[in-house]
Order: sequence, then C-alpha cells, then structure tokens
Amino acid sequence: MKCRVCREPAIIDVPRHNANFCAPHFLDMCRKQVVKAIDDFDMLSKDDRILVAVSGGKDSLAIWDMLIDLGYEADGLYIGLGIGSYSDVSGDYARAFATERGLKLVEISLRDDYGYDIPTATRATRRVPCSACGMSKRHLFDKAALDGNYTALVTGHNLDDEAAVLYGNTLRWELQYLARQLPTLPARNGFPKKVKPLVRLSERETAAWCVVRGIDYLVDECPMAAGNRHLNYKDALNKIESQSPGTKTAFYLNFVDKVAPLLSAFALSDDLVLAPCNSCGAPTTGEVCAFCHLVKTASAHEPVPVELITGRGARRR
Amino acid sequence: MKVLLRNPRRELDIPGPRRVHALLNDLDLNRESHLVIRNGTLVPSDEELGADDVIEIRPVISGGSL
Repeated sequence: MKCRVCREPAIIDVPRHNANFCAPHFLDMCRKQVVKAIDDFDMLSKDDRILVAVSGGKDSLAIWDMLIDLGYEADGLYIGLGIGSYSDVSGDYARAFATERGLKLVEISLRDDYGYDIPTATRATRRVPCSACGMSKRHLFDKAALDGNYTALVTGHNLDDEAAVLYGNTLRWELQYLARQLPTLPARNGFPKKVKPLVRLSERETAAWCVVRGIDYLVDECPMAAGNRHLNYKDALNKIESQSPGTKTAFYLNFVDKVAPLLSAFALSDDLVLAPCNSCGAPTTGEVCAFCHLVKTASAHEPVPVELITGRGARRR
Repeated sequence: MKVLLRNPRRELDIPGPRRVHALLNDLDLNRESHLVIRNGTLVPSDEELGADDVIEIRPVISGGSL
C-alpha cells in the first residue's frame, strides 16, 4: 500500500476515506479533521482557557496532544475514580504525559475529596457501574471548569463514541438526549461550554495517532465497563462499517447536520426548570442535585474493592 | 509469528507468513476495532507478516460512561 499523498509506503489504511497514509500524512489528516470539527462547530478560539478532561486513555491524551500541537493552551483534568489498579495506572499515564510536556494537570480524587469511589458507589446505589461513574465525571468536569475560570471544557469523545450513543438514543427515540447530542454545547445556566473536537476521527485513528506520536496510554479496558451497552452498539456499528465504510461518519455527521436542528425545542424544554442545587449550587431539576445525592449515599457506605464488583467475589445485586 | 493479544492479555504462536487482513480474519477480529503493530510501528492491512515477526494486535474500543 502507498500513501495517497506522497506514494511512500503506507502505515495505515483508512477505508472510510478510501485512502492509505504514511505516518506524516496520517498525522496531517488527523489534524485537518480536528481543525475542521473546531471550525465547523465553532468549538474553540485561541483566546479560550481550555480544560481537557483526561483519563489516561488514548482519546483524551490524543486530543490534549493535538490541541497543544495546533497552538492552543490547554490544561488537563484527571479524576481518580478509585477503580483499583486500573485507576492507579491510568493516573500514572496522565501524569507522565503532563510531566513530559510541562503541562498543568489538575487532579481530583473521589475517595480523598468526596469520600467514595466508583466500586463503592456502584454497590451503594445498586445501579450499573457506568451510571455512577458518568454522573460523577460530568458533575466534576463542569465544577472544575467553572471553579478554574476555564471557558471551554474539552472531552475526548470520538466518532465511534458519538455514533454509539446516537445509535442507542435512536433505538429508544430519546428525543431530549438526541437534541443535546451535539459536538458543541454552548455555556448556559451554570454549565461551561463543552466541546468534542474528535468527532470527525474514529477511535482506530485516535489510537493510531498515539502510536505514531509515541504517546503511552492505558490500553486495557475499564474492568467495570464489561457488558456496557455502548460496547455492544460499537460492535454492531463496526460490523456494518466493515461492510460499508463511511457509515458511522454519515450516521453521526448527517444527524448533526440534518436532524439535530429539528429537535432543538426538546433541548430547550429542560432548561426551563433548572435551579441551583440547595447543597452545591449546581444546576438541577430537583432541590438537591443527583451528584449530591450520590455523595451522601456512597460516602456513607463502607469501601467496596473493585474485585467485589467485577471478580470472583462479586455477588448479585 | 508471535502474536500478542489484549483483553485478556495472551500470546499465540501462528504460522507465517500471512497478510494482516488474513491474520485478523483468522482470529475473527474486526479491522475497524484493532491496530496491528510490528516493532512499535503500525502495519496496514495488506502487509505481509513474517514467520519470525512479533506482532501486537491492539484493540482500540473503549467503553464505559460516555
């Protein structure tokens, strides 16, 4: 295989572009896709104070690297979720990335700062692990961005992530969720601006970016994500994609372009009933926000090791 | 060739030579969700892998809360 641009030997084939690339031209393609996403969806300006949510995985480290590479100033935010050795190692990758490049990494520990961790929250709330994890991260991302006077919160959601969520929301016709599934969410009602500059890159491409750029990241999957329904949706979409390259791109980007504008009324309806949480002040539809409820419940529970949730010691909830 | 797989981590001995796409097909792995790496370098799907190569097949799917 030859690079589409220079005809030198290719290192990667990208079927959705019907193209192969050498390493330098693959990186160029990735940069162009991120720049196009930032421009098309009015995500960022060079004046923005940017906070990148960093997990130690490929996507968040790739977008932090790309933004710095493109000339943006961006700090990182790492949340220690307390998922045993998985979290220990993920934190090591995030810290090493920041230290090697002289970047600022803000750290929050669920256990040290809020008195719980994700395995304990899972047991205490008797819900699926990703529920407590997602809620905790969303709340703390928003809080850290606002507390730190950042004007934009960047997450590493890629094309596969967005296509999988869109697939799930479409299967259930979740109109309010669909209406909010946009690459850019402007600041509103106590929420910071949130942007997803990787929406035009697949996760195979973000992983390849890390390999080519020599970025060490945590390859292993979260032990608590096994059986997560989004993984099943990704598997289904990748089977379609392998038969019909470009399907994921068309599915997601055509949704954003053609369908999301038709649903904007559903996104606005939720804003009308938001008020500050009586406990923390974050916007919520109730008197006390879901995060404060979670902290109260989970911090009162005795610590639960992750092995009791995922391993041989697990019991039916 | 030696082939390192992840999730769970394991190592297989597979006869070579064979091309990347054939190796992935034999292992029932989707090209969309995996990278193939030889000596730290990505290799495209039509590349021929030698009998003495050490290959990592790296999954790229991440899940959990999105």
